Amino acid sequence: MIEHAAPTSSFRRKPESILTLAVKDPGLRRDGGKWLRAVVMALLFACTVAHAVDPLPFKDRAEELRFQALAKQLRCLVCQNESLADSNAPLAADLRRDVFEQMQAGKSDDEIKTWLTARYSDFVLYDPPLHAATSLLWFGPALLVLAGALAIVVIVRRRAKAAPAARASTPTDAGDDW
Amino acid sequence: MNARLLPLAGFILVFALLGFGIYWSQRHDPREVPSPLIGKPAPQFSLPLLDDPSKKLGSAELAGQPYLLNVFASWCFACRDEHPILMQQGKRLGVKLVGFNYKDPPDDAKRWLAQFGDPYDVIVADVPGDVAIDFGVTGAPETFLVDAKGIVRYKYISPITPEIIATELLPRISLLKKEAGQ
Repeated sequence: MIEHAAPTSSFRRKPESILTLAVKDPGLRRDGGKWLRAVVMALLFACTVAHAVDPLPFKDRAEELRFQALAKQLRCLVCQNESLADSNAPLAADLRRDVFEQMQAGKSDDEIKTWLTARYSDFVLYDPPLHAATSLLWFGPALLVLAGALAIVVIVRRRAKAAPAARASTPTDAGDDW
Repeated sequence: MNARLLPLAGFILVFALLGFGIYWSQRHDPREVPSPLIGKPAPQFSLPLLDDPSKKLGSAELAGQPYLLNVFASWCFACRDEHPILMQQGKRLGVKLVGFNYKDPPDDAKRWLAQFGDPYDVIVADVPGDVAIDFGVTGAPETFLVDAKGIVRYKYISPITPEIIATELLPRISLLKKEAGQ
């Protein structure tokens, strides 16, 4: 059975309380950077801790953080817009348990990802690896930017060539610049 | 003159791209997880039978003849759509139909089969769902066609329809029979 429990942590202070303090504090203007840093840190910790869904027996906090980081890079196969870290689907819980067990067995992140892609294909990875089928995905945007730059260069050059000739023949503005 | 046509050409290009996008997405399900197992050996497994958990059945026992592995569960609504099709056509497929009861309390599965009928030659039960993960199962129903050598030849996600049986399954099954005859 899967128990859903939000883990408790001393880091989970309400960010609002810090914000209110920051507003009330007369030294805010003098020392704003320090407060901003405190608020950002508090928000960061609130994010990392709040995502664990099932209580897994991590041996230390470093392992828990590694697990959370890995689970966030993996896609839940049931609710496909959720990561493995966020999903409540039973399959996601099973996969989290498997990922956890493999971490305990000393497997590296890459080995765990290979294990998953052997079963669920690259679909399970949010960060698609570079190979022939994904090359358009990786280089498509760069190609579009390049095509745009090329178009601009061609247009500017053509106008530069046409401009002196136009000035010589028709000194008045025709009014149809666009 | 040519320069004036350039925006129109650009518009047509973008329009064609969008049109292709619509055409493509109507024929392909972007949510469908492609199986990396196609053309590769099916995972080794050994699971208890639903009827008699003391007996086990697995890839070793199934080797030697092609079989169709159908993932189902009593909690799966889409399986109810698929079930009558399997009841009607399951025996006519010409391969062993293996039921794969996925993450289902055995009593629920038995009640479900008593209610809707049992089209399977044999049913294995994967209550923890570990073997399903080895098969890359994302839910139920899913169907795998495995050949006599234990190679996964085809996978279909979502309920089997008479069209899928006619256009996808039967041609592949007759191909497997031809291979076996050689």
